[in-house]
Amino acid sequence: MRDRIRKLIAERKVVAVDVDTLSDTADLYEAGLSSFASIQFMLALEDEFDIEFPERMLTRKTFVSIESIDRSIAELIAEQV
Amino acid sequence: MPVPSPTIEILRAPAERMRGVAEIAARHSGDVDREGRFPQEAVDALKAERLMGVMVPKRFGGEGLSLLETAELCTILGQACGSTAMIYAMHQIKASSLVSHGGSSPWHADFMRDLVDEQHLLASATTEGGIGGDLRNSICAVHVADGRFTLEKDATVISYGLYADAILVTCRRAPDAQSSDQSMVVVKRGDYTLDKTTGWDTLGMRGTCSEGFRLVSAGDAAQIFPQPFSEIAAQSMLSASHILWGAVWFGIAADAVARAQAYVRAAARKQPGSLPPGALRLAEVVAMLQDMKASVVAGAVRYEAAMNRPDELSSIGFAAEMNNLKVTTSQRAAQIVTHAMLITGLSGYKNDTPFSVGRHLRDVTSAAIMISNDRILSNTSNLLLVSRFDTSLVN
Repeated sequence: MRDRIRKLIAERKVVAVDVDTLSDTADLYEAGLSSFASIQFMLALEDEFDIEFPERMLTRKTFVSIESIDRSIAELIAEQV
Repeated sequence: MPVPSPTIEILRAPAERMRGVAEIAARHSGDVDREGRFPQEAVDALKAERLMGVMVPKRFGGEGLSLLETAELCTILGQACGSTAMIYAMHQIKASSLVSHGGSSPWHADFMRDLVDEQHLLASATTEGGIGGDLRNSICAVHVADGRFTLEKDATVISYGLYADAILVTCRRAPDAQSSDQSMVVVKRGDYTLDKTTGWDTLGMRGTCSEGFRLVSAGDAAQIFPQPFSEIAAQSMLSASHILWGAVWFGIAADAVARAQAYVRAAARKQPGSLPPGALRLAEVVAMLQDMKASVVAGAVRYEAAMNRPDELSSIGFAAEMNNLKVTTSQRAAQIVTHAMLITGLSGYKNDTPFSVGRHLRDVTSAAIMISNDRILSNTSNLLLVSRFDTSLVN
């Protein structure tokens, strides 16, 4: 799942640096994730994983790193089952 | 039994002290507006009444006022002089960043004590040449070496920059940081020089003296806030700005309505038994004012409910609500003052009657453009692609 997240970050040019240089825990906001791009990125994630982020997850903490995104998506997918 | 602090004991209630300042501000408001000059008398009075550090927590020597209590002070002053009230609001917005984020940093904690002791006036340098009003991006960067920082900024607006005792400056965190990876630095008088680049000859808010400067500064690296500016912006600055600005605009609008009401009552006394022509519009504008008041108060209550929950404060839904507060109150204020002008007619249109509302009208036109409503609406429209409006009345 982290690879799919990384692929989306690269395709959508979500951050200002090469995604391969970022660790799973790197701060995406420090890597140039802007508030506008973060929304577009959330929409892309919802489409890719066929999920909808509930209001409680729409916080900075959810999208701060590849690891935190991965955790949140895993939680949502688990809830669907 | 705890011994009350002698400082607090001798101070009267903040609102009462502010009413005294408002009298002084009102006396000079015409001249400040005409000359486009800094309201020195009123700001001196704010300092003399020890109203600069009211939001600072008691453990740092302040009075620990809430944002809503501070908003009320802005409203009182806004009824006297829009420019002075906006200066006070901008100062308190900076103070709120210190209060929310400075407590854990020894340098900023000491600076809060200084703010109370010396009644500093705080200014803000967020706007930058090449970036404009997009405060979440910077070109300039802070350089740190051997425990010292240097920072230069082409600050296209620093309101009352020449009169401030300290300026809170945004910048990139380091020379190799992305434009959105920002820090905020407190520079004190003596740490910086200002070279004026642009003037401030405007339609309204003429006393804020929001001139542009080239700022060159250096100081102790501890003056840099430990938190990223993105957190400061989301968790205190956005809400404090929109609530305190709303409070100032409400004050301006309320004074215009008070003048309109005085006008209608004077007309009614001359013709007992009949409703004066402006009476119906007065009823309408009072309803608008009540609606605006509800928006500002609800915004402040919403903030206070969320203030100790950083996740809530940096949530998309909360940001959208604060954005909406700004757009709604800025539009409402302009509608209300325009309405007051229709009621007062020629007496309100003229600058030299007790019913004049020209200054009010010119001052509130700034509301829609200080952080442009179009920029805010465009930001909110993006947020609403993922966030859902909270449809409950009580949450």
